[in-house]
Amino acid sequence: MQVNQEFKPKIVAFCCNWCSYAGADLAGTNRSNYPADVKIIRVPCSCRVNPLFILRAFQRGADGVILCGCHPGDCHYTTGNYYARRRMTLLFSMLDYLGIEKERTRVEWVSAAEGAKFAATMNEFVATVKALGENKRLEDLRCKTQ
Amino acid sequence: MRRIGVFVCHCGTNIAATVDVKTVAKTLGKEPAVVYATDYPYMCSEAGQNIIKDAIKEYQLEGVVVCSCSPRMHEATFRKMVAAAGLNPYMLEIANIREQCSWIHKDMQQATIKAIVLGRAAIAKVLLNAPLTAGESPVIKRALVIGGGIAGIQTALDIADAGYPVDIVEKEPTIGGKMTQIDKTFPTLDCSSCILTPKMVECSQNENITIYSYSEIEAVTGFVGNFSVKIRRKARYVDEDKCTGCGLCTEKCPVKNIPDAYNLGLSNRHAAYIPFAQAIPNVALLDSEHCIKLIKGKCGLCSKVCSAGAIDYEQTEKTIEQQYGAIVVATGYNPINIDGYDEFAYSQSKDVLTSLEFERILKADGPTEGHLQRLSDGKQPKALVFVQCVGSRESGSTHGCGKEYCSKICCMYTAKHAMLCREKYPDTDVYVFYIDVRTPGKNYDEFYRRAVEQYGVHYIKGMVGKVAPQADGTLDVQASDLIANEQLHIKADMVVLAAAIEADKTARPLATMLTASMDTNDFFTEAHAKLRPVESPTAGVFLSGACQGPKDIPDTVAQAGAAASKVIGLLAKDKLSCNPCTAHSDELKCNGCSSCANVCPYGAITYEDKDFSRRRDGSLIRRVACVNGAVCQGCGACTVACPSGAMDLKGFATSQIMAEVDAICK
Amino acid sequence: MQDTMKKRASELLADGTIARVLGWKNGEFVYDPTPAVFDSAEELEEGFVYHDFCGNNLSKYLIKLSRLEGKTLVFLKPCDSYSFNQLLTEHRIIRENVYIIGIPCDGKLDPDFVRASGAEGILGITTDGDTIVVDTMYGNVTLQKNACLLERCRNCKSHQVMVYDEILGENGEINEACGRFDEVEKLESMTSDERYAFWRNELSRCIRCNACRNICPACSCEMCVFDNPASGVSQKAAADSFEENMFHIIRAFHVAGRCTDCGECSRVCPQHIPLHLLNRKFIKDINTFYGEYQAGAEAGSRSPLVNFTQDDCEPNIVCKGGSK
Repeated sequence: MQVNQEFKPKIVAFCCNWCSYAGADLAGTNRSNYPADVKIIRVPCSCRVNPLFILRAFQRGADGVILCGCHPGDCHYTTGNYYARRRMTLLFSMLDYLGIEKERTRVEWVSAAEGAKFAATMNEFVATVKALGENKRLEDLRCKTQ
Repeated sequence: MRRIGVFVCHCGTNIAATVDVKTVAKTLGKEPAVVYATDYPYMCSEAGQNIIKDAIKEYQLEGVVVCSCSPRMHEATFRKMVAAAGLNPYMLEIANIREQCSWIHKDMQQATIKAIVLGRAAIAKVLLNAPLTAGESPVIKRALVIGGGIAGIQTALDIADAGYPVDIVEKEPTIGGKMTQIDKTFPTLDCSSCILTPKMVECSQNENITIYSYSEIEAVTGFVGNFSVKIRRKARYVDEDKCTGCGLCTEKCPVKNIPDAYNLGLSNRHAAYIPFAQAIPNVALLDSEHCIKLIKGKCGLCSKVCSAGAIDYEQTEKTIEQQYGAIVVATGYNPINIDGYDEFAYSQSKDVLTSLEFERILKADGPTEGHLQRLSDGKQPKALVFVQCVGSRESGSTHGCGKEYCSKICCMYTAKHAMLCREKYPDTDVYVFYIDVRTPGKNYDEFYRRAVEQYGVHYIKGMVGKVAPQADGTLDVQASDLIANEQLHIKADMVVLAAAIEADKTARPLATMLTASMDTNDFFTEAHAKLRPVESPTAGVFLSGACQGPKDIPDTVAQAGAAASKVIGLLAKDKLSCNPCTAHSDELKCNGCSSCANVCPYGAITYEDKDFSRRRDGSLIRRVACVNGAVCQGCGACTVACPSGAMDLKGFATSQIMAEVDAICK
Repeated sequence: MQDTMKKRASELLADGTIARVLGWKNGEFVYDPTPAVFDSAEELEEGFVYHDFCGNNLSKYLIKLSRLEGKTLVFLKPCDSYSFNQLLTEHRIIRENVYIIGIPCDGKLDPDFVRASGAEGILGITTDGDTIVVDTMYGNVTLQKNACLLERCRNCKSHQVMVYDEILGENGEINEACGRFDEVEKLESMTSDERYAFWRNELSRCIRCNACRNICPACSCEMCVFDNPASGVSQKAAADSFEENMFHIIRAFHVAGRCTDCGECSRVCPQHIPLHLLNRKFIKDINTFYGEYQAGAEAGSRSPLVNFTQDDCEPNIVCKGGSK
């Protein structure tokens, strides 16, 4: 491991197709900057995101996972983000209970019109995770050896 | 392992300027499953598409990854192209290396590395893609237009003209909307009613159009081509079929002190009323909040004078259900409530008006019968001050009701108002305070110039700070002239405020019912800001008029026609191909626990008892979930609710998303 | 009680109301009784037992038994009746094929506590109110029952049988004042590092024997995600700390909103991992965030995770929460 290299966190962002993914596109269209550490996975709706995906990301060495969806009330599928909200609230609370830094997980509602918010959210989240450093508490050590 | 081809687009310099596309293609070309990788300046061009098509054939590709702009932009294009080359269109994945990579990063090395990772994720996903076939669903050849203003009217007329039945649902007792209240229209100054009324009449006479006035949308279910809508018809207490619109009941009704909404409360009406003379349908109604008969059970005068026997005190509201193939939203706008703007003395003085109230003053059927008069003393004002941008372009609103956006129509109608005052009453002094005068549009700037040059309207750049009612009945307008850099006091007889406009209050709950998205200002979002301006992102829902953003009449009518043509295009199809990315349940793993059905917003999941006796001992008949692919919209809520993981989503399978996660975290 | 139960079961077998009885028989030792099915009065006479070591929750077995020909009689303790309702809600049990006799419960014993209190070599047990008399290889030992109760019984949430066709004796009441969340609160008040250390210490003992999963009435999937290669999380053994965590987080999440807090997971864990503290954390959070909800209190209720309100709290409530 290089010692002097700046820590580049691995951030997985799950974005719903209708609002947040479009919001991320808009951030691009507006040429808003945010770190390249963020990689987006497109899902149809925030309710498609299984807690397993988030755990899997941590297992494989992600340092932070963020889920973005339509604002409550604006879900393309009417109610998907309401379920996502409950699931993530409980999952995050459980991770916190197990002593895993709660700042590594986040849910943010970003509409298709909120390119600026998307970029700002990502900047802030990356900064938060960077400050926390590497994810050591919830990772599969075998995935790090390569 | 599948044979994958990777195609990296330069998008001119849009991608290539920040992402080293050659390196991306070269690196991804070394991925295990990749048998061909190349780059090209414009993959979406015909030549670019041909490169992919040729490669599919030459290298017998089984999956294609295009590293390019957002899939929201060209996924459909590339799917079509892949299909033309003989592959299943769903054996394609797009790595978004423009909007989500090259455009946001400046450092070429970082952007290139990220593009490679995104490409790997797409490769990992496409390796697990399954060929999907879209099903078909029929199109109900009937359209619904929500809102009966000029936008809704124009859309309905155009759809009806193409031969399709169309229903207009209007919450007010008459169609016509805001345009009925306006006196003259810019930039030609023709009378609003004269151009609108014929269209209203045409609506009522067109046999393809059904008007549900005084009605509201209660619930919307279904999907494009197949919507089912519940419409609540409020009780008018007048039989629409019997009423002849003679108006006798409205004259005899003893309750006559109810603020008249048509005149924005500047005059009163009876409890039995017809909104205005040209109302469509031209049918009376009883105001249930004020009618004595409906409240106390006594009176009944209207019924006595009605020779048609149309009055029906027992009428109740009814809910009807109707099926539609397409829905057009035309809910329009309202001026914001400016009670919070104390500095303009709007609540204190009758002579401080909003622009729409001023329209009522100018219009012949208004409270002053079209004479320019002060509402306080009936005198003709000699000095008028128009204040622009009241509540518009207000960032960090201190009033709690201001809007950040430009309301777009105010500059033009204020010029119109100023011009009309000076034309009819040359002895008046007219001042307009503005931040900017924005008059783009055909013949618009000429119109404004005429107000200044020909009609001598005093345009002053600056904002009004305070309007103070004086003891002599005048209004002391304190303002700053930003160009002369001086403070002004104008002794005015009347002040007219160009209040910002906002989306109608019914739009937000309607958007929820339609699952159509809105922006933060409650204006409906279009599917693409430039290229699909009249379609909502929700398939089958179209946008007409100011519900999508502030618009003047010509723009509204243009958009209304565009929405109609989109609807006609949809209704002309007999069948639509369904989204093949739907949920499906593995019956061997399904517990039949109903968790999935509980979260399904479309009621797409049902259960059946299946005999598993030969496959597993112990549990013989088990309850298992079945997904109706035509109803499922593919949100995936069920996949997570399912405890056993029996439910999965085609196109966004658990294994695919996991593979993407793995590729990204590698 | 055992005799009353046997007698009533025999009657119901005799008059044809039921085809079989689901109860308990002694295992290798008296303190490890095991669920058993009895098809006749003779079998009942021979093997049926009910004493204070009979902690097993019998509900889960009805998923299969209720699909057999004829009715199955089951004895349900208050705890078990919640699980029964929950399985009914999830359409896993065919109610018409089950005859329930509710039995009151004053708590079941933890053999470890009994042994630790000085009763080694347990041969038999009799209960008399607050005291238990343990017959051991070294003679009788009399103990205070309270000191030997299972964790879940010390913090008993309810003495009430929620669903039954008949009940033996008086039904009990829900114990609103139970302190079952005290331990959770204690953990919540720790720092993140302390909690991490606590759980590492606990979960690192996991040997992935799957006892918790196999006993859990909520873990009754036709195929468990951990056994399903397509789920992406299948694993047979916990190879490292992540997988130890992963298994228990996923298991707790899968039963969240469905777990009735019957405590069987902790009872059977051979490594004495306090697994109930994971489930209770979810129950407590659900109560706090979405209003009081007790899974299995009534059949047909909707689990908070397949439900919502428009005004639900945002996930950042976790960050704003009191825990450090």
